[in-house]
Amino acid sequence: MNAPAPSPAASPAPAAKFDCRVAFAETLIELARTDPRIVAICNDSVGSSNLNAFRDAFPDRLINVGIAEQNMVGVAAGLANGGFVPFVCAAAPFLTGRATEQIKADVAYNGYHVVLCGMSPGMAYGELGPTHHSIEDLSWMRAITGLPIVVPADPEQTSAAVRWAVESGGPSYLRIGRTKVPSVSKADAFAIGRADVLRDGTDVTLIATGVMVSRALEAADDLAGKGISARVLNIATIRPLDEDAILAAARETGAIVTVEEAMVEGGLGAAVAAVVVRHHPVPMRILGVPGFAPTGSAEFLLEHFGLDRAGIVGAALELKG
Amino acid sequence: MILQANGRPAEAGGASADGSSLSAEARARLLGDTARQVRRSIVGMIDAAKAGHIGGDLSVTDILTTLYFSVLRIDPANPEWAERDRFILSKGHCAAALYSVLAQRGFIDPDLLQTFMKPLSVLNGHPNRRKVAGVEANTGPLGHGLPIGVGSAIASKLSGSGWRTFVVLGDGELQEGSNWEAAMAAGHRGLDNLVAIVDRNRLQQGARTEDTNRLDPLADKWTAFGWDTVEIDGHDYDALYEAFTAPHPGKPRCVIANTTKGKGVSFIEDRVEWHHKVPSPEQVVLALQELS
Repeated sequence: MNAPAPSPAASPAPAAKFDCRVAFAETLIELARTDPRIVAICNDSVGSSNLNAFRDAFPDRLINVGIAEQNMVGVAAGLANGGFVPFVCAAAPFLTGRATEQIKADVAYNGYHVVLCGMSPGMAYGELGPTHHSIEDLSWMRAITGLPIVVPADPEQTSAAVRWAVESGGPSYLRIGRTKVPSVSKADAFAIGRADVLRDGTDVTLIATGVMVSRALEAADDLAGKGISARVLNIATIRPLDEDAILAAARETGAIVTVEEAMVEGGLGAAVAAVVVRHHPVPMRILGVPGFAPTGSAEFLLEHFGLDRAGIVGAALELKG
Repeated sequence: MILQANGRPAEAGGASADGSSLSAEARARLLGDTARQVRRSIVGMIDAAKAGHIGGDLSVTDILTTLYFSVLRIDPANPEWAERDRFILSKGHCAAALYSVLAQRGFIDPDLLQTFMKPLSVLNGHPNRRKVAGVEANTGPLGHGLPIGVGSAIASKLSGSGWRTFVVLGDGELQEGSNWEAAMAAGHRGLDNLVAIVDRNRLQQGARTEDTNRLDPLADKWTAFGWDTVEIDGHDYDALYEAFTAPHPGKPRCVIANTTKGKGVSFIEDRVEWHHKVPSPEQVVLALQELS
């Protein structure tokens, strides 16, 4: 769609940026109009999950259980038992942290068709601090078997991921961003288990997910100016993982930088490293959040931890230097 | 016409067992005979597996037998029947009791019971709905059944289907906070199609509940959360049947079933060490004699 121009000399006008919760809610409402199985369930997060319009359209199908995440996820499993497709919408740190055992036992182990929607993940809550940051969710959810993990990079992927989740027939975890992002995906925005090459390159591959994808594209522009041809791979499904695309990157570019708005342990980087180490070891850098953050806005904190174009460029130069 | 426990007529596709159409006396006789078979089955399974939770299995047996043989609107030939009543054993460690009842009721092959907890058996130490017909939820970690039951009860209301949901909880399990999140939500929503049954045997794994983390006044707690609460003898079939079938308009019902852990085997009854102790071969003979 709106892939940035590859020329490093070009300085296009800033691309429009979007809060993915908008596309999430619009798609959910659209699907719910024709699929009476769809319900939304939340923990007093009607506003922060952007569910006001859903509630207005389907007042009986918005189930707000109050501030009680364990019950929220269990209730969702019971709704699935009764034939509904519940979208569980809550701030990602509280959904995945407070209700981890319910996600494991009630949803994944039971195999219930529950769509877990971690809203405002990563550093989105900025100044509210580490209690409200969700940097652990990818590690935690990766440890739960049978749970697809989807991290859309833009509104188009968000919408497609919601449609997939309804059709999937099983449990899933969707990470729905609040930090504004430009459109980066191609016309065929999303397929489960498929990574997308957004820009080809031969010297290094920047593998990014979610909010970091547009930043990886920016970094590739800068690297081109330094004579380094960087491939950019958008991995929107952490599970199932597109091992073929990762191994092609390892073989064809010989170096990989992974970038995620999550803990450096256990997330995208760890998943990619496991594939690379087993089949085709190449030098790697894993960029992410190293620990609890200091006070700052989401934008400040991403820059603070090197999760911006300069940080990504620096990591790539380390590998190629 | 056979009236179901909830007053609905029995229809094709689902029916409770004959107990709902019997006189109270005949029903109690049927349930007593069935429960005795279930208890004998439990002892045999635990003897064969050399593992299990015999105390809680025996305390919950009369509750499960009453539900499955006189109350639940279910169809063993069609366990996924969409309109079925839902039963969730939140105290999933008492799987041997559930499996025995499911076998007696025709959901699973009785021959399977001897595979309980053997390598690769579908009969795990905690139930798995994807492997065992009639199981609604994979329970085991405590405090999970009631939230799922609340979701099932909401689903029944939303779909207009009218099935009822029953959840059996251990009393020690009520120390898990998630139960009270669910209790609050059910009371708030007035889920009068939901029944929570507390197997109140007053013992948990390591000690008496009241010496560990006090539950009393337990009925007051449920009532304060908006439930229609009754307290009964959990081994009295008439009382169980009445508590499970009497209407409770506008409120979920909590049945505090006062039970004896290890009920039916004198040397196991009300003794904390029998939470998951395995009887010796001699004790198995004695137990089966007492249950004959």
